[in-house]
Amino acid sequence: MSGILLLEQSLNGLQFGLMLFLLAAGLTLVFGIMDMINLAHGSLYMVGAFLAATFVDLTGSFWLAVALALAGTALVGMALEVSVLRRLYARDHLSQVLATFALILVANETVRIVWGPQLPLAAPPALAGPVEIVPGLQYSSYRLVIIAVGLAVAAALYFAIARTRVGMLVRAGASNREMAVAMGVNIKRLFTIVFGCAAALCAVAGAMLGPILAVQVGMGENILILAFVVIVIGGIGSIRGALVGALLVGVVDTMGRAFLPHLLRQFLRADLAGALGPALASILIYVLMAAILFWKPQGLFPARG
Amino acid sequence: MRRWLPFAVLAAAAAFPLVARPLGWDFYIGFASRIMIYALAASSLNLVLGYGGMVSFGHAAFVGAGAYTVAVLMAEGVASAWVAWPLAVALAGALAAAIGAVCLRTRGVYFIMITLAFAQMIYYIAVGMRAYGGEEGLNLPTRSQLGFGLDLKDDVTFYYLVLAILAAALYALRRTVGARFGRVIEAIRENETRMDAIGFPTYRYKLVCFALGGALAGLAGALLANQNSYVNPNLLYWTQSGTLMIMVILGGVGYLYGGVLGAVALLVLEEVVSGYTIHWQLGVGAVMLAIVLFAPRGLAGLAQGRRDG
Amino acid sequence: MAEALLRVERVAKHFGGVVAVDAVSLEVAAGEIHALIGPNGAGKTTLVHLLSGALAPDAGRVLFAGADVTARALHERVGLGLARSYQVTSLFRGFTALDNMALAVQARSGSSLRFWTPVASERALFDEARAVLGEIGLAGRERVHAGQLAHGEQRALEVGLALATRPKLLLLDEPMAGMGPDESERLIALVDGLRARVGVLLIEHDMDAVFRLADRISVLVNGRVIATGGPEEIRANAEVKRAYLGEEQPA
Repeated sequence: MSGILLLEQSLNGLQFGLMLFLLAAGLTLVFGIMDMINLAHGSLYMVGAFLAATFVDLTGSFWLAVALALAGTALVGMALEVSVLRRLYARDHLSQVLATFALILVANETVRIVWGPQLPLAAPPALAGPVEIVPGLQYSSYRLVIIAVGLAVAAALYFAIARTRVGMLVRAGASNREMAVAMGVNIKRLFTIVFGCAAALCAVAGAMLGPILAVQVGMGENILILAFVVIVIGGIGSIRGALVGALLVGVVDTMGRAFLPHLLRQFLRADLAGALGPALASILIYVLMAAILFWKPQGLFPARG
Repeated sequence: MRRWLPFAVLAAAAAFPLVARPLGWDFYIGFASRIMIYALAASSLNLVLGYGGMVSFGHAAFVGAGAYTVAVLMAEGVASAWVAWPLAVALAGALAAAIGAVCLRTRGVYFIMITLAFAQMIYYIAVGMRAYGGEEGLNLPTRSQLGFGLDLKDDVTFYYLVLAILAAALYALRRTVGARFGRVIEAIRENETRMDAIGFPTYRYKLVCFALGGALAGLAGALLANQNSYVNPNLLYWTQSGTLMIMVILGGVGYLYGGVLGAVALLVLEEVVSGYTIHWQLGVGAVMLAIVLFAPRGLAGLAQGRRDG
Repeated sequence: MAEALLRVERVAKHFGGVVAVDAVSLEVAAGEIHALIGPNGAGKTTLVHLLSGALAPDAGRVLFAGADVTARALHERVGLGLARSYQVTSLFRGFTALDNMALAVQARSGSSLRFWTPVASERALFDEARAVLGEIGLAGRERVHAGQLAHGEQRALEVGLALATRPKLLLLDEPMAGMGPDESERLIALVDGLRARVGVLLIEHDMDAVFRLADRISVLVNGRVIATGGPEEIRANAEVKRAYLGEEQPA
């Protein structure tokens, strides 16, 4: 395998990992602060992608559409929090699973009724072509932009959490809820804001990934599980853990799919390698997760002491 | 639940084909079989989740393992139920024991997620089995062969077999939860630390419970493969595990008939709502949401609450 | 002093940089009531966790009945006869008082991998459970759910669960916490009555109870045992007075 190919796949892994991070960051905060399993997180990702596709149609501008989708999804998220999810914080995990699973069904059907099963969403024309980033490697300029957006959002998130008052409250809440309450925080409003931000991050990921993956009903289900894998690897409630976990998962998954079948062919008969390779590549991240939890049952960066 | 009620339901279920067949409701005989198979699968999860308190989010993997055992054996020319079904049970149980041995080291949310991850692994293994249909799945040329002049291809015969298995499994579950083992796992759910401190090796009992649940799910899978005459990886997808969990929560966690009630409720609801609209998932989701918000202890809890009050 | 039933050799535990238990050594003889006192945060409960097997020590050994049990799990030590109670009441709240007790009896009477015979038909379990309930003063309360018992009754059941495992040595972690005077008096009588059969390591803040019950007393301050001796010896010990008793009895 050549260095060029390796570089290309590393970039793909980075790009996927950063988008996973956007999903996982919100999920891990909701999980860590509100102790809430939200299976409907993937639905917000789907809503974000559909909104983006619609706004591209209406405005003709990809970036304006992303901004509008972000705002729209944040509103949907906050409405969801105020109307349903808020009642579930005090309930056990089973009730949360049941309720948010129900929300997935409701969201999927609502989207199907409003938009139909899928929508086209194309990358902005200016970014349609590849650029040569090193001699011999033509790389999709859109994917590079995704990486840039991912890095920018991650940096902004880091700044927001490390430096702002809301961020401080969020950190306090993630590691010790009683303390946050004791500090006299308006917990209800804080939760709504956090949920809105989580939804907005979902929308960014959904809108950016839309042109690469398909914008369709049920698109949230697969990626939701990956986001869960990420936050469990990273340690629930830890943003840093989410970042490390997301990059790990993104890179391992991408590399596995790209190189594992090839690698197996060195050791196994071609037909066997052909059959095993893709299956093994698909389960690689789950093996990674099981191994990490085996050694560190609380994930890599446990948020609670 | 009144003592006679389960027997009355059993009698009604036994009489159902006698009425349905002459009326030509063959569809509903198959539908009822499907409900009972899911009731079995949900009850097996109820043992793990309801009685043992282990929130396993990967139960579909064990159902799928059972189903694939039957399908693969049949593809290899072994159609006997006496070979395939016990093997399905044993394999699913062994798989559950292996997965449980790792998962039970973790707690709480981590346990939920790691069971889910293992189930996804099994799902992708099923997808990767290209010799057995891969993503497309595998058709079963016939149903398992039972001998004794019983032909499972006849839907009524199959119905009665499923009914008998479900009734036997529920009876066995009742014995188990009332026996020493059942007391132990319920007490572990209630207070695991204290169980440890009065001398119980809690990990071992939880593992046995998890493996038993998996084995019973394997039996449900073997039946499901026969019912559908078809297996595919979707049987193992995480939303299937979710559906089983929903059935248990709907029916009532830790109530003996919780799994049955939940399976009946969910599948009948799906069937009824889908008769009115193609957007039936919206209705089903809304009803589920209403139940969580307004009947926190599930349907069995609702019935009991009304009787108490 | 008879051969030690429990021997603790230089056991240590730290959490992060904080030393909770620092090279503690002590002995409890069969039939002895050995009290462990010390100010809050001295490491008493951590020591109970280390001795019972709930936590593994960073250094040192725990010997019980002549065998090294340092690597043994909590439930294994219970099987050997080393049982504990909890400072914060830890019961099976949804089970009746009798069922609570029957579980503890069941733990040491044969395998619980029995899937068919109703446990309700096992008379021996419940007879013995009733006997222990009687001993701790809960006769007549068999059918009440543990969560519905009065606070003092729950504390009694807390000790009773440990007692029902038929231990050779009991680790009692503040059994009288939150009890009224009458209830304390009853529990003091109960622990006093155990003296002949069972060794006890008693952690208690109630100094009246400690000095009435203890054959020997060890004083734990900042994770270290600063003194061990008979009640009179401890009362007279200047270092103990300064470090601990002085706080409560300014004289």
